[in-house]
Amino acid sequence: MSLRGKAAIVGFYETPSRKEFPDRSTNSLLAEVARGAIRDAGLRKEDIDGLINAEGTNSLTLAEVLGIRPRYNTSVTSHGASGATSIVVAAQAVSAGLANYVLCIFGGSQPRSSSRLRAVSQAERPSGPASRATEWEVPYGPVIAMNGWYGLIKQRHMFEYGTTMEQFAKCAADERFNGAANPNGIWYEQPVTVQDVLDSRFTNDPIHLLEGVMPVSGAHAVIVTTAERARALPNPPAYILGMGGPATNHDVIWQEDDITVTPVTMSAPNALQMAEMNIRDVQFAQFYDCYTVLVMACLEDAGIVPKGEIGPFYESTDTTFKGEFPINTDGGQIGAGQTAGLGGGFRHVVEATRQVMGRAENRQVEKSDVCLVNG
Amino acid sequence: MAEYAKPLPRQEEPELTQPFWDAAKRHELLMPRCSFCNKFFWYPRAACPDCLRESWEWTPVSGRARLHTFTLVYQAAHPAFQDDVPYAFAVVQLEEGPRMMSNVVDCDVANVKVDMPLMVKFDDVTDDWTLVKFRPA
Ligand SMILES: [Zn+2]
Repeated sequence: MSLRGKAAIVGFYETPSRKEFPDRSTNSLLAEVARGAIRDAGLRKEDIDGLINAEGTNSLTLAEVLGIRPRYNTSVTSHGASGATSIVVAAQAVSAGLANYVLCIFGGSQPRSSSRLRAVSQAERPSGPASRATEWEVPYGPVIAMNGWYGLIKQRHMFEYGTTMEQFAKCAADERFNGAANPNGIWYEQPVTVQDVLDSRFTNDPIHLLEGVMPVSGAHAVIVTTAERARALPNPPAYILGMGGPATNHDVIWQEDDITVTPVTMSAPNALQMAEMNIRDVQFAQFYDCYTVLVMACLEDAGIVPKGEIGPFYESTDTTFKGEFPINTDGGQIGAGQTAGLGGGFRHVVEATRQVMGRAENRQVEKSDVCLVNG
Repeated sequence: MAEYAKPLPRQEEPELTQPFWDAAKRHELLMPRCSFCNKFFWYPRAACPDCLRESWEWTPVSGRARLHTFTLVYQAAHPAFQDDVPYAFAVVQLEEGPRMMSNVVDCDVANVKVDMPLMVKFDDVTDDWTLVKFRPA
């Protein structure tokens, strides 16, 4: 049995993305978006009988905090892809009758310097658990956060395909253009040019600071239900037409056979096949974007262009919300912020829903029926 | 010699990986090789990732390699590396196949290029530990 069109997103809500919310806890932000998404869907809290959240917090713990008694609950453990994966899991749950209305919820409140401090303390701490990393990576001096790993990918992409620094910078500039039109984003009204990106310092050559993300606090939530129930609710449903995995086929990037190739080579064909669509039917894309090179490699692997041709594509295509093929229309993580608690990847789900429902206001794309979301 | 302030390897399974480090101290490079598939693999683990048999052996390799990819680090995760920036944090592909993380040393970073030929360079960082690095061949 195909799950094509069996489930739909019927409501969403998100907080603004801020460097920090000094007086608010993670649970406070999550409570706000749960309340907001339920209200947006035209439901009552008692209707919610499914809960899906991020690895790191047990979903039963969160259910108790939010006062939800789920028939179905789980936490997704796909790292950055957890947000998009939560929709796959929710669609299965409602289609199988395990729950009627599933709340998918991601986010967190953290002090603005915490990610850097955490990276340093992990690197310095002599007594933490030994791992593959502490034996085979750490002695050679890795870079803070994920910058180093994506530097390795970008370097190899430039070597194999001749992708240029300017082409990568165009990706960041387009996302920042979109983010500048997103009042919820961290870079609202602060666009940058290709030259600004090229002029920003290297965290590690070849990664410019402006090709990465700003860690932010905030939260995002959506409600998933069956197509039948969706039609009785006030919002135009955003139907889930196709889905595909895997999240990844390696745990560390240097273990990948071909490090410029992503698992999207499998997940996109799976999703399109279920949707009974061709990649040319896709009108816009919301793609995971911790770094420019990842969005770009994933777009290639989805078949938007042949492998290795994403650089020229960006050079010749307006990918802003005004353009011929809009990508990451809320700014994505590069242009709006990487929300804590794996909320960064989930913003792509929320923005896809907003656009498909026709509720993106000042940044509404012209053709908004079919979106490909990649976690 | 000034005290070595950078992190030394910390082993999750010392019984599994100690032969590698003992060999490095003797300036020999060993890699796990499956006795069934005859393939080398990296990193060392209980079973061959191709056939899941546990019959693999530490096998000497040439030390010849190519630079698969690298990044020049300006902002290291560990402060002890900050005196060395920019340095090359690298994925090195051995002639025998496996890829490992390492550093490219004895070379101006401006001359570090993807695909350049490399040769293993043993770095005796302390009395107990020798790190496996690579220099231009
Ligand atoms: Zn084998």
